[in-house]
This record gives sequence, structure tokens and C-alpha cells, in this order.
Amino acid sequence: MTSTHADYRLSQLDQLEAESIHIFREVAAEFEKPVLMFSGGKDSIVMLRLAEKAFYPARIPFPVLQVDTGYDFPEVLACRDNWVDRLGVRLVVASVEEAIKNGVVVDDGKTSRNRLQIGTLLNAIEEEGFTAAFGGGRRDEEKARAKERVYSHRDDFGQWDPKNQRPELWSLYNGRLHEGEHMRIFPLSNWTELDIWHYIGQEGIEIPSIYFSHQRRVFERDGMLLTESEFNPLKPGEEASERTVRFRTVGDLTLTGCVESGAATIGEIIDEVAASRITERGATRGDDRFSEAAMEDRKKEGYF
Amino acid sequence: MATEAITQQGQQMDMLRFATAGSVDDGKSTLIGRLLLDSKAIFEDQLAAVEASSVSKGFDYTDLSLLTDGLRSEREQGITIDVAYRYFATPRRKFIIADTPGHVQYTRNMVTGASTADLGLVLVDARQGLTEQSRRHAVLLSLLRVPHLVLAVNKMDLVDYDQAVFDRIHQEFTSFATKLSIPDLEIIPISALKGDNVVTRSENMPWYQGQSLMHHLENVHVASDRDLVDARFPVQYVIRPKSDKFHDYRGYAGMVAGGVFKPGDEVMALPSGLTTKIAGIDLYDRQIDEAFPPMSVTIRLEDDIDVSRGDMLCRPQNAPTPSQDIDAMVCWMTNEPMRPRQKLAIKHTTRTGRALVKNVQYRMDVNTLHRDQDAGELGLNEIGRVQLRTTVPLLCDPYAKNRTTGSFILIDEATGVTVAAGMIL
Repeated sequence: MTSTHADYRLSQLDQLEAESIHIFREVAAEFEKPVLMFSGGKDSIVMLRLAEKAFYPARIPFPVLQVDTGYDFPEVLACRDNWVDRLGVRLVVASVEEAIKNGVVVDDGKTSRNRLQIGTLLNAIEEEGFTAAFGGGRRDEEKARAKERVYSHRDDFGQWDPKNQRPELWSLYNGRLHEGEHMRIFPLSNWTELDIWHYIGQEGIEIPSIYFSHQRRVFERDGMLLTESEFNPLKPGEEASERTVRFRTVGDLTLTGCVESGAATIGEIIDEVAASRITERGATRGDDRFSEAAMEDRKKEGYF
Repeated sequence: MATEAITQQGQQMDMLRFATAGSVDDGKSTLIGRLLLDSKAIFEDQLAAVEASSVSKGFDYTDLSLLTDGLRSEREQGITIDVAYRYFATPRRKFIIADTPGHVQYTRNMVTGASTADLGLVLVDARQGLTEQSRRHAVLLSLLRVPHLVLAVNKMDLVDYDQAVFDRIHQEFTSFATKLSIPDLEIIPISALKGDNVVTRSENMPWYQGQSLMHHLENVHVASDRDLVDARFPVQYVIRPKSDKFHDYRGYAGMVAGGVFKPGDEVMALPSGLTTKIAGIDLYDRQIDEAFPPMSVTIRLEDDIDVSRGDMLCRPQNAPTPSQDIDAMVCWMTNEPMRPRQKLAIKHTTRTGRALVKNVQYRMDVNTLHRDQDAGELGLNEIGRVQLRTTVPLLCDPYAKNRTTGSFILIDEATGVTVAAGMIL
């Protein structure tokens, strides 16, 4: 923090941090029942860190919600548990497996777990009565997300209507809701992938080990390197081999690809990300490849 | 670049937010596309998607506007329907572009994009010269007190890089700008398509002695745009851990809206008017020696006075006057017009209440600056001066003095929609 700087200048990371903390406090002050959606990935961990800072020395005044696909990386779940223990926050797990069992969502064998998360999430929001759900979405991730507001209104069905968004002026957020509606809140809207990494480096934030270079048995499918696992049986012609890889995003392991990389420290990751010519989603997210508007369509249904 | 250097760079860079404006065919998408391309903010997979989509639409060129038109319906119609935010960085600065659509619902979107901007970028087509639209955009940016304005005279390649064309537009705009409040104006001849004066100085226009657009964006001084004199701290949230370790901790969390706060400073809490001193300022687990805009901090006070969300800390000799009668310029953002006697919710800093529209004093024609005193009401995208009576006193400053304590939004209580942006006079 450049607090003694002669010209009272804040670095861009400090500005982003200040803006995000402002958003966290605003939501905690104005909403009855907020929750922080937590995937265990780098963005949600940065969100937890910012929430910790916003309310320190008090505890984070809302729980953390994870939508467990059943296909999550064990390293990610371990990191999640560490964070939840350290911060003393309540963890709510909404399980896709459970949702399938209870008939909340239907597994037709074709729909990805990523998509089945939508119904599972909306059900959890409704059951617990959450009125605001923080998400780690960033506008630089994807073109539909570039249109997203910091406060994103969701109707009674959890749907996003991109044509009818509330104008967002100055830092005056409008959190008005009707019965049954909720708000998605994106405190990281103005952060880029590189900002997230710089911040993780600056703050020394613990993240899941799979972000760092490691040995893994992987196979190639649709131009992506996927993890060999019982949930993801090899198709004819596919062959797994051990490679040196790391992950750029974290999600359902049947759809989240890794990249070959020797980057083993935050500094090396920053260099790699800065030099990369492919977006993180383009490189490693199978779920965005279904159509040009895959993200927009999922968001309209209630995806984060 | 070495790891250490790049890490350092990420931490030390500052940030510039700018809003773009211009008519539909002024080349805004091309310019944004070029700024993004040249700063390597467009990735191969994004470019490949845009190229594929251009081919499937039957274009014989890569339509860079497909990069910024992120929604299905925008791509279908080939128009931008909403503000989009874009990001790029150079070694000196990170940039946030509020890309506001040129023609549909322009005022509302311009106001949205400009409300947080440090700089406004207005494009004109060199062949057309100043249009009604470019004047209107300049008026809006001036009304929103965007401190820096750049007029980019685009498509210079189509007028043979003729200095006379540029000089004429330059002259016309500067004389128009004298009627507005524009503290810093830069006028740059460019060709977004060919890249003249966008990132590097153009050899095609040796008569132009100024800097390139990117150079200006990287160097324009924004740190001093904030008010560092009048101390304003709207209390956002009260932090009371009540834990064993922090049993007596009581901190007032918020974002500094003006001035510099230091431990030991005498402060007054509004609306109570009680005074005390700052015991300490916390930034997470660290105590800091001063807080200034736009830092989010927690202030502890020496005495246990009653302070809660919606209150404001300031200096005893320099405080805003609490008022329930508000004179303001508002931009109306919804189809149903704003009418006298209408009751709305108001949000100002961290304070919310209700507001009654006492009257609409005049409607401003943003093209001619003419004030229509007989208007009586404001329609969608119209701007005018109104008088409001609020249920709670607002702790406000004139917008011209402080963009945070001088701004508010109005909300329709039935629909929950934000219906107006307001700037206090």
C-alpha cells in the first residue's frame, strides 16, 4: 500500500482491492442473507481473502456455498476445507449427486455436470433463502461476462436478462428485490486474470496445488488435455500418458483441461499467463466450446 | 521480462478508466479493436472466433466489433445495445474502457459509462466534422464532470491526411468547448483503421506535433483529480467482532470519498454533529498513518459516540450541510416520464431514503444547451434540473466539488429499477 506516497496515488491492485471491499461491505449491509459461491478456484479464493479483509477483525458475516459436481479435484476440496477452517465460516455444500437423487435435476447422461450445477445451485439458493450470491466472475473472461453488472439481478427463476439490466452509476449499487428474486454480486468484475495472479503473489494466498506444475496422467480430447479418472472413461483411440502440466482454471474434472507447463511458482505462472496468447477459458474449458453463446445461454438460465 | 520485474510492474501500475463515445460509423469498434490488438489484449482464440464469425456473416474483412458485441441479440442485429467493459494494459497503466453504444438509448448509456470515467474519448469522422452527436457527447461528459476529454478526429486517411480539415474541426470544437466545463482537452488526428497516431506517431501527418492517442492515455495525470481537501467518509458498515481477542473493537468501515484522514485528526460525525478524534485507521490487520480516496479502510474513534451506516465523518470546520431540499440535474432513464409529486427511493452515498419530486424546473436540450422551462416533466434519456424533497437529510456536496458525495440514484419502488442518475447542484 502506497499510503505515504506524496501524490496520494493508489496502485491499480490497491484500487481494485478497495473497490471490491467496498462491494462486500455494501452487500453485507444491505442484504438480508448473502452467500459467497465458492468453487475452490483462484477467483473464489481471492474473493474469500477480500471478504476476510472487508470485515476484519470480525468474521465474514455470511456462509460459503459450494456446488459439488461430484467430479471435483480432491486437491481443490482440500484447499477449500483449509480456508473454511481458518476463517471460521459456515460451509454449505449443494451436491449435484444429491440433486440428481432427489429429482431436482435430471442426469440424462448427455448433459454435463457443469450444466447440472445450474439447477442444483438455484435450488440451494431457494432452499436456504439467500438473497445475494457473490460470484467470482470477471468481465475479461468472456464476451457475455463483459456485459455483466456488478449487481446482477435474477428473477424468480434465477434468470439473467441481459437486455433489461439496471444501469449502474458511480459506486451506487441498487440492491432492490422482490420476493423470490435474488442478486448475483461480482466483486471481481474489473479484475483481469493477470490481476488475480499478481494479487495472489502479493498477498501470499494459498491456492490449490493443481495450479502449479506437476506430473499427471492425462489424455487428449478435442484439443484439450484432460485428467485420467474413473469419471471420464477413455474413448476408443484415446491414450493416457504422464505429462508435466498445470491448470489455468478449476472446475469439473471431466471438462477442465490442463496445459503443459513447468511453471512451479507464482512468479513463473505470472510470466506464463502474461505471455499466453490464448484465454484461460479458450484453453481449458470444454463447457464454453458448445456454441458461440454458451456462456450467455447458461447465464440466462441462472449460471454464475 | 524477468519475473520480479513483471510482478513489480503489476503492483505499481496505476489505472485509467475511460468512456468512449461517437456515432455509429465513426469507427469506435475499430479503434477499440486496435487498442486491444496492439496492447495484446486480444487472444488468439478470441480473434479466431471473430474471424470465423465474420466469414459466416459473409464479410470480406474481420469485423472487430464482433469482439465487443458480446450478446447474441447484439450480434444478430449488428448493434451494441449495452455498455460493455473492456480491459487492457501497457507496461505503464491498466485501462478500463466503458464502451458505450453510439445510437440506442445513448444518453442513459453514456451517463452510465461516464459516471466512473476519468477520461472521455469522443470520436468524430474527419469527413463529417462535428455532428450533433459529437456535441451532445461532449456536453454529457462535461455534465458528468469527466475531468479529461479527448477528441479523436478519425479517418484522416480518407481526407488525405489534410491539415486544413483537422484545423477546421479543431477550431470549431475548441470554440464550442468554451461553453462547457472541460478542464483538460486534447485533440488528436488519427486513423483507427490504418493505425495513424493510435499507438505511434504517424509519418503521414508530419504537421501534427502532439502525442499519439496511446501515449496520451498512458500519461494523462489523474491522481490529482480527486478532492484531497474536503475530508468525507460515508460510514458503510460498523465492525464489532465481540470476540475475546477484540472484545471492545468498534470500527467504522467505508471508502474515503474526499480528503485525507489521519490518526489524531479531530472529526465530526453527521448528522449528530458530535466531535471526537480518530484513534486509529486500520487496513485489514495493519494500522496506517493516512487514508485518502478511494481507499476502503476502517476508522476507530476515541469516544464511543453514536455512529452508524449512512452517517458521515468529516472535519468540524469543513462539513457538508445536511439538507432535505435538493436541487439537482437528473438524467431520466425509464419510459414512464418523471413527473412532479412522484415519490421515489433515493440512494446517496451509504444513505437511503425516499424523495418527492417537487418540480421539474427545466429540461435541457443537450444539443443546444437550451433550457425549456415549460417542460414540466422528463422523458426517457432526457436531462433536466429538478427539486427534490427527501425524507432523510442528505449529507451532500455539489457534484462539481465531489463526484461521490454529489451524486445519487433514484429507484422506482414498485419495480426496483434504477430510474435516474442525479448530480447535486
